[in-house]
Amino acid sequence: MTAVATTDSGYAERPLGGRFRFPTHWLGVAPFLVYAAAFLLLPTVIVAVGAFSGSHGPSLANLAQLGQPYIVTAFVNSLVLSAVSASIGAAVGAMLAYAVASGSPSGVLRRIVTALCGVLSQFGGVTLAFAFIATIGTEGFIVVWLRQHGIAFYPNGVWLYGLAGLTLIYTYFQIPLMVIVFMPALDGIRPQWREATDTLGGATWQYWRHVAGPLLRPAFLGCWLLLFANAFSAYATAAALLDIGGIIVPLQISRALSSEVGLNQANLAAALALGMVVIVAVITVLYSWLQRRSERWLP
Amino acid sequence: MNRRRRRRLAAFKTIVFVVLGLFFLLPIAAMVEFATRGVGIDSPRTLSAFTSITSDPELTDAITASLELAVITSVAMLALLLPTMIWARLRLPRMVRPIEMVCLTPLTIPAIVLVVGFAPIYRWIEINVSDSILMLAFAYLILVLPYSYRALDAGLAAVDVRTLSEAARSLGAGWGTVVWRVIVPNMSSAVFNACLLCVAVVLGEFTVANLLNFENLQVAIAILGTGNASVSIALAVLSLLFVFVLLFALSFLGRSRSRGRGALRVVR
Repeated sequence: MTAVATTDSGYAERPLGGRFRFPTHWLGVAPFLVYAAAFLLLPTVIVAVGAFSGSHGPSLANLAQLGQPYIVTAFVNSLVLSAVSASIGAAVGAMLAYAVASGSPSGVLRRIVTALCGVLSQFGGVTLAFAFIATIGTEGFIVVWLRQHGIAFYPNGVWLYGLAGLTLIYTYFQIPLMVIVFMPALDGIRPQWREATDTLGGATWQYWRHVAGPLLRPAFLGCWLLLFANAFSAYATAAALLDIGGIIVPLQISRALSSEVGLNQANLAAALALGMVVIVAVITVLYSWLQRRSERWLP
Repeated sequence: MNRRRRRRLAAFKTIVFVVLGLFFLLPIAAMVEFATRGVGIDSPRTLSAFTSITSDPELTDAITASLELAVITSVAMLALLLPTMIWARLRLPRMVRPIEMVCLTPLTIPAIVLVVGFAPIYRWIEINVSDSILMLAFAYLILVLPYSYRALDAGLAAVDVRTLSEAARSLGAGWGTVVWRVIVPNMSSAVFNACLLCVAVVLGEFTVANLLNFENLQVAIAILGTGNASVSIALAVLSLLFVFVLLFALSFLGRSRSRGRGALRVVR
């Protein structure tokens, strides 16, 4: 043990340059890097290569297939679903965050709401879809209860199993997520700014319009993008709610993957996945840009 | 003026909390209601949906598989990630940032995209290694990387890794002893947090398992949902409660511990 310690300990003998040594200290991180290469890098490469290959070598046919009407519709649906659920989630979540942040920073209410939001923002997938089926499905709690009182919950047909239903369900995890990511920005708002506005004779709306609004805007937009990406990549909820058809891109991917047609469909899945990655990448770049802007004022 | 403002704020808060409280509670309450419904229209409430969970062998298999995966993934995560992070901090400081980047990438690549890449890899694994559902742990380890990394990173930041390891090494400890018997006990709450997050992610995972044709807990719930809705919702309630308790414990426990007690218990 001691022998190892004297020859191999990093601090005692870090070479001052010149003499070549086999870089044994790299072995410490090698397993992790190998693993990441095999199960993170390789899948990504498979997607990228698959998107550009046909059954007989390289081809652009898969990407061309993205122009088909049903796939364009899926992309549009995905974007609309993400944008609407992110907007509702961001607006409502910001209100809830403000209601919490305007209270005592170390109060019980705040701790409970933050903890609950942490839990609920992770609540997605199959369970969430079933929760809404149990609530406003055709035999759901609210629907049955209203029916007993002579009121029809769905006078114009059931909209739960479609884009509208998905949007509603997504807000369930978008709102708590917004609370978590937006709270730090609200905490950065100093009460002195409000007092300064008051001293200068500003009204409440002027404070929001000219002081707090512009300060919070980059953070708010950044959070909106985060919510957008969150909704855009969600799959499980939609899959549990509508197992057939492919109204959004993730469902199209699962359709292409699970179909028995073979190689071509796998490559179509890769092309669809690449399309998603491109959109998420654009969002990520915008997000980091906004993040830098909001950090100028808010810590 | 000020009193009016305060009253308006109070009214605003009340409305927000009541409306959103209803919105968030109703679906969960509805699930419990649905799962306890009797068969007939006026039949009394029953817990038969909950009791029949254990009598379905397919279901118990899926539950066992998910729990096993949760344990395997947690252990593998600790074995792979923790030594790497500590080693990078001690001997390869310039690798700290790249490792962080690698760990956080799964957040930016949607799971549904990763699955497309996993599919051929898993076909290979199925043929050459095993077709057991436990092979999913390879993919899950990637999915939990960001959460585990953040939890462990927060823990390591609170510990003086260098001093501890120098002290241990000068007393003749090997690297294994340094990691598992000196540093880990000093960041036990962070390790605990990372494991809880792992368990929560794995128990809630659906995308990868479903598309690679493995039947884990969530897939079983989804399949059952098309046939026997009340049992599947009963199971969903239970799995949800379990994960809720885990995560809730985490958000309270993690905070009070990491702040209160000092980082350098051993050195002091």
